[in-house]
Amino acid sequence: MQYSVRYIVLFSTAVCIAGAILVSASAVTLKERQIVNKALDKQKNVLEAAGLAQPGERLSAAEIQERFQRVRAKVIDLKTGEEVEGVDATNFDQQREKKNPATSFPAPDNPARVKRLPNHAQIFEVLGDDGEVEMIVLPIEGYGLWSTLYGFVALDADLETIRGLTFYDHGETPGLGGEVDNPNWKKLWPGRKVYGADGEVEIRVIKGKAGPPAEDPYEVDGLSGATITSRGVTNMLHFWLGEHGFGPYLERLRNERRAA
Amino acid sequence: MADKTSRVLLDPLFENNPIALQVLGICSALAVTTKMETTVVMCLAVIGVLAGSNFTVSMLRNHIPPSIRIIVQLTIIASLVIVTDQILKAYLFEVSKQLSVFVGLIITNCIIMGRAEAYAMQNNPLMSLLDGIGNGLGYSVILLVTGFLRELFGSGKLFGQVVLPLASEGGWYVPNGLLVLSPSAFFIIGFLIWAIRTWKPEQVEED
Repeated sequence: MQYSVRYIVLFSTAVCIAGAILVSASAVTLKERQIVNKALDKQKNVLEAAGLAQPGERLSAAEIQERFQRVRAKVIDLKTGEEVEGVDATNFDQQREKKNPATSFPAPDNPARVKRLPNHAQIFEVLGDDGEVEMIVLPIEGYGLWSTLYGFVALDADLETIRGLTFYDHGETPGLGGEVDNPNWKKLWPGRKVYGADGEVEIRVIKGKAGPPAEDPYEVDGLSGATITSRGVTNMLHFWLGEHGFGPYLERLRNERRAA
Repeated sequence: MADKTSRVLLDPLFENNPIALQVLGICSALAVTTKMETTVVMCLAVIGVLAGSNFTVSMLRNHIPPSIRIIVQLTIIASLVIVTDQILKAYLFEVSKQLSVFVGLIITNCIIMGRAEAYAMQNNPLMSLLDGIGNGLGYSVILLVTGFLRELFGSGKLFGQVVLPLASEGGWYVPNGLLVLSPSAFFIIGFLIWAIRTWKPEQVEED
């Protein structure tokens, strides 16, 4: 059977319209659920970094929200370290902020290979039972071997002791660099100190084994077979906890503490 | 008739397996089989898309102009894949995060285009639907076996539950690191093809 050009054009248009309607209908109807999922996923990662949820633990939405009651999101200005008022801190999207040239700036050359920095960053305060800030959770990112690792580091209220570290997105080799997700390795972090006596970031992942935190506060066991990923973790901690990352913010908190 | 129906549905399992005999859809079989959980979800997604695309293509088969049939099939498949991806993101967020791009890449899974072109264009919607489900199941059989072996011996777990306690976590089992890497799926699928062809020698190709 011969088809006319007119028929072919009309037929393909009809197929396209039907496909487009199907796709947009599903996208629109499911959007709300997807946004909720994304937000929950982020909250869960913050909880994991803060040690309020175990890695790999299955939590229902209600459980995540309940534990997240203790967590307060804040938006801060990276350069000045001051808190930014008048923004919706809970739904602040740092990644979008970073991609938009109007709300970000090029990062200084750094070994973590962070290219751009957002003007404002989202941080989380975890409150203790008495309502005082017990720890703060800071987002970190940086390059490993193959991919950018995205994660959170939790600092104690003393602003120098690490309470936890977790990565929620990376593409490192499973079994080697991918072991950054290994719960046993993550367990090595709490109790380590970030800053040396002179205020420089000293924490690093070494080759081989480090001692317990009390004896060996600045070193963490390397991941065997993953020298470059290990170095990447060191680099990103140095960057984000240093002067170009959250340094000004942490400095402000320290000054406030001293003044109080 | 009943015999033909059951053959359409069941032949792709072993007699005419899309992976083992036709050697289609290998790429996703390598990527998603490190864990049973992702494997199962991927299998369901492929069965769904394959059944849907076969059914839709078959309904339209007498109206599709031959000169644009491939692109029409592709449009239908792509729409179904996006819908599947959206559903996974809404209801199985954790798994969909792990499957990442591979759900989207179902579009390029040769089994789906292959069945649309080779079967659905010539047969009625009901039979095409069964053919789609059958081929999806054939794909799933190979994936599930591969995923089972890879998760069990690569990470000592099944569906994330510890079966063989790992030496690094205080148990006794030293996992085979190769099995978590993609090439291991090649070996396993190779062995499966060997096993199926030993069982059914008529599948062996003439030199």
